[in-house]
Amino acid sequence: MILIRTVFISFITLSAAVFIAAPQPAAAGVFNPETFTLKNGMQVVVISNHRAPIVRHMVWYKVGAADEPRGKSGIAHFFEHLMFKKTKTLKSGEFSKIVARNGGRDNAFTSHDYTGYHQSISVDRLETVMILEADRMRGLILENDQIEPERQVVLEERRSRTDNSPGAKLGEQMNAAMYMNYPYHDPVIGWEHEIRGLTKADLKKFYDKWYRPNNAILVVAGDITAKQLRPLAEKIYGVIPAGEPTKRIRTKEPPHNAAIRVTLRDRRVRQPSIRRRYLAPSLQFGERKHVYPLELLAQVFGGGSTSTLYRSLVVKQKLAVSAGAYYDGDNMGPSSFGLYASPRPGVSIEDLEAALDKEIEQLLEGGVKEANVTRAINSMLAEAIYARDSVGGGARIIGSALASGQTIADVEEWPERIGKVTPEQINQAAKAVLVEKNSITGLLLPKKRKGS
Amino acid sequence: MRKIFISLASAALFLFTAHMASAIEIKEVVSSKGIKAWLVEDHTNPIITVNISFRGGSALDPVGKEGLANLISATLDEGAGDIKSQAFQQKLEDLAISLSFDSRLDSFSGSLRTLKKNQTIAFDLLRLALTKPRFDSEPVERIRNQIIANIHRQSENPRRIARRTLFSKLFPDHPYGRPSNGTEESVKIIKLADLRYFVEQRFARNNLVVSVVGDITEAGLKQQLDQTFGELPEKASPWEVPEISPDSKKQTIVVDKAIPQSIITFAQPGIKRDHPDFFPAYVMNYVLGGGGFESRLYEEVREKRGLAYSAYSYLAPLDHAGIIIGGAGTANARTGETVKVLSDEWAKMNKSGLTPTELKDAKTYLTGSYPLRFSSSRRIAGMMTAIQLEELGLGYIEKRNSYIEAVTLDDVNRVAAKLLDPAKITMVIVGQPKGVTSTPQ
Repeated sequence: MILIRTVFISFITLSAAVFIAAPQPAAAGVFNPETFTLKNGMQVVVISNHRAPIVRHMVWYKVGAADEPRGKSGIAHFFEHLMFKKTKTLKSGEFSKIVARNGGRDNAFTSHDYTGYHQSISVDRLETVMILEADRMRGLILENDQIEPERQVVLEERRSRTDNSPGAKLGEQMNAAMYMNYPYHDPVIGWEHEIRGLTKADLKKFYDKWYRPNNAILVVAGDITAKQLRPLAEKIYGVIPAGEPTKRIRTKEPPHNAAIRVTLRDRRVRQPSIRRRYLAPSLQFGERKHVYPLELLAQVFGGGSTSTLYRSLVVKQKLAVSAGAYYDGDNMGPSSFGLYASPRPGVSIEDLEAALDKEIEQLLEGGVKEANVTRAINSMLAEAIYARDSVGGGARIIGSALASGQTIADVEEWPERIGKVTPEQINQAAKAVLVEKNSITGLLLPKKRKGS
Repeated sequence: MRKIFISLASAALFLFTAHMASAIEIKEVVSSKGIKAWLVEDHTNPIITVNISFRGGSALDPVGKEGLANLISATLDEGAGDIKSQAFQQKLEDLAISLSFDSRLDSFSGSLRTLKKNQTIAFDLLRLALTKPRFDSEPVERIRNQIIANIHRQSENPRRIARRTLFSKLFPDHPYGRPSNGTEESVKIIKLADLRYFVEQRFARNNLVVSVVGDITEAGLKQQLDQTFGELPEKASPWEVPEISPDSKKQTIVVDKAIPQSIITFAQPGIKRDHPDFFPAYVMNYVLGGGGFESRLYEEVREKRGLAYSAYSYLAPLDHAGIIIGGAGTANARTGETVKVLSDEWAKMNKSGLTPTELKDAKTYLTGSYPLRFSSSRRIAGMMTAIQLEELGLGYIEKRNSYIEAVTLDDVNRVAAKLLDPAKITMVIVGQPKGVTSTPQ
């Protein structure tokens, strides 16, 4: 109790100094984090940002939906919901209430590769949320009278996110078709029948296996330094015993031999669209050298209203109302390079797809223009400067990178690596990835009327 | 451990108040031409963020041309001055400047973000967009098609249908009841002359509000203000949106859609932002359905019964009307039960108000979390614009927590008794709900 008060006071003094601090010269990295590891194996990262006397406190677990046992889809996400229930010291729901009573907000999220819990709070309350978060890392008590209503909540979440939306249903099915054997096959929220079948024993086993300090990363961003955080982290998280070393075993994706087509027709579709995805490498899967060139390819070929696709399909040929490309190489497993377009009224989906294919063909033949690459590099480098602006943004970027197996250098050296990419490397990456047999095409179409 | 938490919570009030004073220093800057802006200087990162807003929004769209303000918001950055659409977009991209516009019912806003080194050109592109938009036919037709495609897409989105239906029922003969993005028919008949007329009539110095955050000095901003907004006419042409009391007869409207989850959205008359009871109502709503994981609606609908993923309520103060909106989404079969729980909570709050503990916890949260709204330049600029539009004054941010503190249990409970009324709820349910009866229309 006394110790808490001491820390409490020293934090207040610090935050009062916010606007007196002299401006820092722009450093080479993106967020310039500091990092250290506790004795039990828990990694700690601090990203100082003194714009307001607040912090974002995040604990990331290196487990996501792609680490679930077969037949237990949705367990990572369902379990995330249950982390807000009863612990050895707290009643169900009390976690969030205490955070709120301290002027904080909290939430959590689950992806295929990680699960994260976070609070935003005044810096003088950081210790409180650290105690709470450490408490539920090992102190959760799972009981059926909390599991059952929460299962209904998760099913409602599934209905609201997926089942109510034809576009989301198509996305789910495309993922399942595209990843034939890699666990990205299953949706993060889980298949309905498997959500219904998850038992207390399944959940407990999942908790005991993954929720350990040696499988967790603490990221704190905001009005704090590593020197200030270290004693708190050691005292609060450092004392939690490490568990067995965890190993993320994922089934591998075999080579694809045939292009896939998925068509969803629904009476509720009023605006058709086409989506195309190509199996692609990520920083940790397949040909890593293609990752940065693919990020630039997505920008040049389909990023915004000056890109090749938009200019050609939307502005010049007037075939589409929207068209673009996207790519994210941060996955642990195989990623995808995506394209999308939606036709102008009166244009058939077949004509639009043919035009899209022609654009890809021209790209593979003619390559990207050097001037466009330089432009794209400049605008992406500026994004790295903008990313420093918000208190919590860096915590999310660094946390997700580390939790899916990347290093701090992968984040901090991103501008340097992007800056070095040549048009030739982009053309090579395009040729390696935009291959028909590695593709899946999804069509979202209105239901055919009788007689038409 | 629980004891520690309680002692931390009770110390909160004084400390949070002390923080705010040091956290944000807003300066009011007035240029030589008399253009005002609020500025938060921050030189830690070479970025400038600008948020501007003109009073008067899509509620002013002419009858039959609904969607005009929305169409303008999407075409202002498609070429201006001598720079044509694609060249304009290319310039923005090359210089990593983000410029966008947005229309709401009562205001039309713009947002600019630039690196310090491109400050001059960024402000100049904003000036051009506001004063010399080209509205060339290629980009206007392209954007018009995009908007129509989007109207088609949204026409089957259950949340959009629910909201659209709700507003049309609450405000049957008022601009607030019309579709602010327009309909396919109304968007099709908007002419280039309508776009030009809108810009001439609406964008002026007397209805402009400017907020700036980042790496720019007071002197530097003064100069920019004159250069950027100096050409705007002094006065916007006068307009009037009538004051309106939303329809308050109890009614339930079911919109039949073949989806597994019913979307419930409802509203009843509320209060405007300048009403003396605004803060008591705000505190009351936090406890009812405004406070994420802590509210009664969340507790009763989600935590105890697992009926929905989200259950919420919020005050929606418009310039000319006040409403309180609530909602939830639940499986069709459980809609009747969910509606009952929502209505019971409404009635319970009306009848018994808050407990002293609820009031205390609400105050601690609402005052303590206020600094969290200042976590990025965009959020700070957005807050400053909202405060200016509501004419709350330069000292508002420092005083705001004291308004929350001043709310007494009597205030909250009096407001709950006066304001909340289950007999005045208009409810829209989109889906195939069981256990509810729709009111004959």
